[in-house]
Amino acid sequence: MNMNRKTKKKNIAGRPGFDPGRRSFLGAVAAAAGVTLAPGVFLYGVGASGPALAREPGVAVSGDVRWGMLIDLNHCDKGCNECVSACVEENGLKGHGRPATDAQWIRKVDIHDPDTGLSQSLPVMCQHCAEPPCVDVCPTGASFKRADGIVLVDRHTCIGCRYCMMACPYKARSFVHEELEDQKPHAPRGQGTVESCTMCVHRVDAGGQPACVEACGRKGGGAMLFGDLKDPGSEISKRVASYATQQIRADLGLDPGVRYRNLK
Amino acid sequence: MTLCRISIVMAAVIMAWPGLGLAEAAMETEGGDSGVPLPVIPRGQGDNCVADTEIMRRNHMTLLRHQRDETMQQGIRGKQYSLKECVNCHAVMGPDATPVTVASPKHFCRSCHDYAAVNIDCFQCHASRPESGNFPGDHDRSAALPVTQAVIRIK
Repeated sequence: MNMNRKTKKKNIAGRPGFDPGRRSFLGAVAAAAGVTLAPGVFLYGVGASGPALAREPGVAVSGDVRWGMLIDLNHCDKGCNECVSACVEENGLKGHGRPATDAQWIRKVDIHDPDTGLSQSLPVMCQHCAEPPCVDVCPTGASFKRADGIVLVDRHTCIGCRYCMMACPYKARSFVHEELEDQKPHAPRGQGTVESCTMCVHRVDAGGQPACVEACGRKGGGAMLFGDLKDPGSEISKRVASYATQQIRADLGLDPGVRYRNLK
Repeated sequence: MTLCRISIVMAAVIMAWPGLGLAEAAMETEGGDSGVPLPVIPRGQGDNCVADTEIMRRNHMTLLRHQRDETMQQGIRGKQYSLKECVNCHAVMGPDATPVTVASPKHFCRSCHDYAAVNIDCFQCHASRPESGNFPGDHDRSAALPVTQAVIRIK
């Protein structure tokens, strides 16, 4: 991995707009993350074949990448809530004691088959569809899909009509009812707008992985894997090619970027 | 956004109106004896801003709006004009030694926007002070800019 990083540095150093200070900072962060995470997490979290390399400042996202997740339910415990806690902490989702309307970007769903008695638990968040219905119905263009497949809400143009909430079959979006203050600087959110999982876009743009994936690897069962579905060399691509995975409500033809394994 | 634009335009019209020439009035009252209250604008960190004061004063909203769309839609980050960096650099310490939010009249943005009667919509969603634990503490913010520099000039 070190060899790869050095080669990359050498190649880009002459480009205009390149900031060696920022680059070396990101490299240091990656190295630090590498030693603090478990070996398995390191491989697909910040390894050379994973989503480690941040884009340079001033470079737009590319359609050559499609970020996705793979969640192995055999490693997802029913009582574990680490992904949800990490999301709340990372994005500053303070509740108001009103579960019906409090913002929820990721939640644990427990399913039970009464015929067989089989119980399973799975985290459900915005599935970052390739054909997102929330984008289709948005009257202002606020709901949009980035070139790299991450579905977001541009709150500068969101008028809070909540069509997208009705259109989403995964119930992934929340509406902010209350006036907010002291939001996280990297996760702006405000009254009268709709919001949902951003796949921690601020982390991804910096070469990291979503907070839920990191927390699952560190404190949970290590069930979540984040990576580039279009890169055949990435860990997630290798895994989805080697065994059967499922998308929730695949019959709708939305092609979600979040896939599940062992969903029965 | 539209409201924001209208309010900015209205403010510009008001400021440029000959009979309401706030800029001229402020210039005339530089001696401070006319009773017209002037904004006290706290100084930011470091020696200079990302652009000259005159440019920032007149164009900060345009610079921010242009870059916000690039960041939001295309994921372009780390460029020169960032609201987050404005907030970090221009944080004003309150009595409890933590930066004040936009709820306080001492907030950097408010000090001037109140004076010009222009609403700020940014902080309905964006954080108006640096994240806890990221407070710049080694800079003396008590020094205010000279009054003449606190006047918005519309040419």
